[in-house]
Amino acid sequence: MNAKKELIGKLQRDILLWQGFKAQTGDAAKAIGLGEIESAFPTGVFPKKAIHEFISVEPEHSAASGGFIGALLSILMKEGAACVWVSTSRKLFPASLCLFNVDPERIIFMDVTREKDVLWIMEEALKCEGLAAVVAEVHGLNVIESRRLQLAVEQTGVTGFILRKDARKAPATVAAARWKIMPVPSETEEGMPGLGFPRWNVELTKVRHGNPGSWILEWAGDRFVEVAKVKQETMGFDQEERQIG
Amino acid sequence: MKKRYVSIWFRYLPADWQLIRRPELKEVPFVFAAPVHGRMMITAISPLAGLQGIETGMRAADAKAICPGLEVLDDKPDRAAKLLKGLGEWCVRYSPTVMIDEFSADGLFMDVSGCAHLWGGERGYLKEIVSRLKDKGYTVRLAMADTIGAAWAVAHFGTITPLIPTGGHAEALLSLPPEALRLPEVTSARLRKLGFYQIKSFIGMPRSVLRRRFGEDFLARLGQALGIVDEIMQPLQVPIPFQERLPCLEPIRTRTGIEIAITRLLENLCLRLQKEGKGLRKGILNCYRIDGKIVRIDIGTNGASHSVSHLFKLFQLKIEQIRPGLGIELFVLKAPKVDDVIPGQEALWVGKPGLNDQSVICLLDRVAGKMGPGVIHRYVPAAHYWPERSLKISAIITENPLSDWRTDKPRPTELLKKPEPVEVMALIPDNPPRFFIYKGTKHNVVKADGPERIEREWWLDAGEHRDYYQVEDEQGQRYWLFRSGHYDGERYQWFIHGFFA
Repeated sequence: MNAKKELIGKLQRDILLWQGFKAQTGDAAKAIGLGEIESAFPTGVFPKKAIHEFISVEPEHSAASGGFIGALLSILMKEGAACVWVSTSRKLFPASLCLFNVDPERIIFMDVTREKDVLWIMEEALKCEGLAAVVAEVHGLNVIESRRLQLAVEQTGVTGFILRKDARKAPATVAAARWKIMPVPSETEEGMPGLGFPRWNVELTKVRHGNPGSWILEWAGDRFVEVAKVKQETMGFDQEERQIG
Repeated sequence: MKKRYVSIWFRYLPADWQLIRRPELKEVPFVFAAPVHGRMMITAISPLAGLQGIETGMRAADAKAICPGLEVLDDKPDRAAKLLKGLGEWCVRYSPTVMIDEFSADGLFMDVSGCAHLWGGERGYLKEIVSRLKDKGYTVRLAMADTIGAAWAVAHFGTITPLIPTGGHAEALLSLPPEALRLPEVTSARLRKLGFYQIKSFIGMPRSVLRRRFGEDFLARLGQALGIVDEIMQPLQVPIPFQERLPCLEPIRTRTGIEIAITRLLENLCLRLQKEGKGLRKGILNCYRIDGKIVRIDIGTNGASHSVSHLFKLFQLKIEQIRPGLGIELFVLKAPKVDDVIPGQEALWVGKPGLNDQSVICLLDRVAGKMGPGVIHRYVPAAHYWPERSLKISAIITENPLSDWRTDKPRPTELLKKPEPVEVMALIPDNPPRFFIYKGTKHNVVKADGPERIEREWWLDAGEHRDYYQVEDEQGQRYWLFRSGHYDGERYQWFIHGFFA
C-alpha cells in the first residue's frame, strides 16, 4: 500500500515537471496557514510566485474578497515588506485592515482613473522586488495582459492579486488560481449575542495543476480556522483541466 | 577676482522695436503717447523725432504743432519692461548674470567677471555685443567698468571711451555731470543750482556736509558708483549650479537620438552630483528646436537620487511628450532642486524589505512621474472617532504613525464614500433593525451587534450623532448600518455605510 502511494506521488511529481511546473523552494515552500486548501495546489504549497484572481460580483462579495486578501496579506507581509493596492474605484477602508493583522500604513494605495493605468502600475509594481504583494482591482483582463503580468511575476516573485469586480463572465487567463469568496452566516458561541468571526465560503474554481474545491473558512482574529470542507471531487476537476488546455 | 560690469543702454527701445516690425516708418518721425489725466503725453520718441526737438514728457498736441508730419502711436504701459526682459534673456549668452536696470527702465546690466576672455578680451567682447545688437536694429550705448554705477554713468554720459580699465572708474567719473550718479530729479536740480556741474566739484567734500544737504540716498549712490557701497540686484535668471548642455551638430528628430542625448547629459550631471554627495529631486530638460521653440519636460523624485539608470527611466516615460518638429539643436538639463544623498549602508545579509526600500521608492517615482501627482496615497491613523476622519493621508513615505490603529471596535472592510439611505424596520426603539431594504432588495436581519454611538464632532461640523449597528442577513452578508439622530427625534434616518468581510 505504502509503496503504491509513493509510486503515485513520484509519478505525479514527474507529470508536473513535464508540464513545465517549477516547484517553489526555500522559504516560499512553507505552509502559510491556509490549512486544507493548500493541498489543492500542486505539491501542496500556496503559489507565491503567481497571479491569483478573485471574482466578485456583488459588493458584499467584493468586501469578503477584500477581507480574505487582507488576511492573506497579513501572512505575506510578515517580513515588514510593503504592498501596493491599485484601483480605479476603491472602496476598501484602510483602517479595517488592522483587524486582519495588516498595518494599513504599509499599504500604498494608488488611485488612478483609467483601467489601462491600473495594469501598467501593476506590471511595474510586480517587477519591484521590495514589495510583498500587489493587489489590483480591474473589470476585465485579456490573455495578453494577464500573460504580461505572469512574466513580471516570474522575474521577481511578488504575489499578484487581481480583484475582478462586476465581471460576470470569466475569460481564460493565465492566473494560477481563480477564487470566489462568499460570506456565510457566522457562528457565535452558545448563547452569546452579536456576530461571530467573519466566515467565508472559499471556492477555488480553477487551479493550475491542482484540484479545485470549496471550503468554509473563518478568520479567528489572527489565523484561519477551517470549519468544513465542501469539496466536489474529480468530475469538476476534469472539466476544468480541459478548459485550461 | 575683480568684478567687472557692463551697462547696456537702449536709447530708443520702443522706437527701435517699432522700426524692426515696420521698416516703412524709417523716414517718418514718430512718437509713442499714453493718456495721463486725459491728455496724451509722449512716453517715447524715435531718433528722427528727437532731431526735430521733441522730447519725452511733452504733450502730443504740442509735438504735432512743432512737427506737422509726426506720427503718434499708442503705447502700452508694460511694453518696455517686456522688451527688456526678452533682450535680457537673449543676453544670457554673454554672461549668466543679467539684471534689468530698475532706475531708468531702459537698460540692462551684466556681471561679466571672467566672461570677456571668451570673446578675445574686453574690447572684442564689447564690440561683439554692440555689433550683434546693431544688426538686430537696436541703438545701444555700452560701457564696462568695475561697478554698476560707473558703467551706467559712462554708458549714459561718457564721451571718451566705453571701456574703463580696472581701477580707473573713479577717475572716469570726475568729468561727468551729477545726473550720471542715478539721482532723483530733485537732488540733481539742487546740485545744478549750487553750481556743481561736474562730479569732481563735490566728490572731495566731507561726507557729513553732503549728507546734510542732499541726504543719505545721495551718498549711497555716490558710494555705489565708486564701489564703496555694495549694490545688490536681482538677476533675470538665477543661475542653476547643476546644469548640463548638449549642443548637437545635426538636428535630432528621432526617439533614439533623444534617448542618447538624455543619457549623455545624465552621465555628466550624475558624476558631478555624486562628487558633491548630492542627489536630484527635480529635473528639467529643455529642448531647443531649430524653429526657435523650446520644449520642456520635467521629472521629480521622492528621494534624492544620482543614479543614471533610474533618472533615465523617469525621463523615458516622458519622451513621448517631446515634439521634435524639424529637429532639436540643443539640450539643456537643469537640476533646480538637489538634496543631500544619505549613502545607504550595504547590507551583508538580506535585510527586511520595507517602505524605505530603494526599489519601492524607484517605483513610486516612476508612477508619480507618469500619472502625475495625487495618485499615490498612504494612510496613517488620525485621532478622530468619526469614521470618515479616522485616517489621514501621509505625505512622506517614511512617516510612521504617531498613534496606533484602533482595533477595539469593528470597522467595515468596504466603506461607502457617502452613506446611502435605507428603509428599516425595528421592533423596539433603539433595538437593532429587523429588516432593511437596500437598492430594492429586502434583507432580513438574523444577527446584530450594537449600537455603537459616535458623536458628531461639533467643533468641526454640525448635525446629529450616529448609532451604528453591525448586522448579518440570512445569507451571511454583513453590513454596517447607522441611524442618524435619536429615535424619537424630529429627523432620524437610517443609512448603510459599509460592508464587512
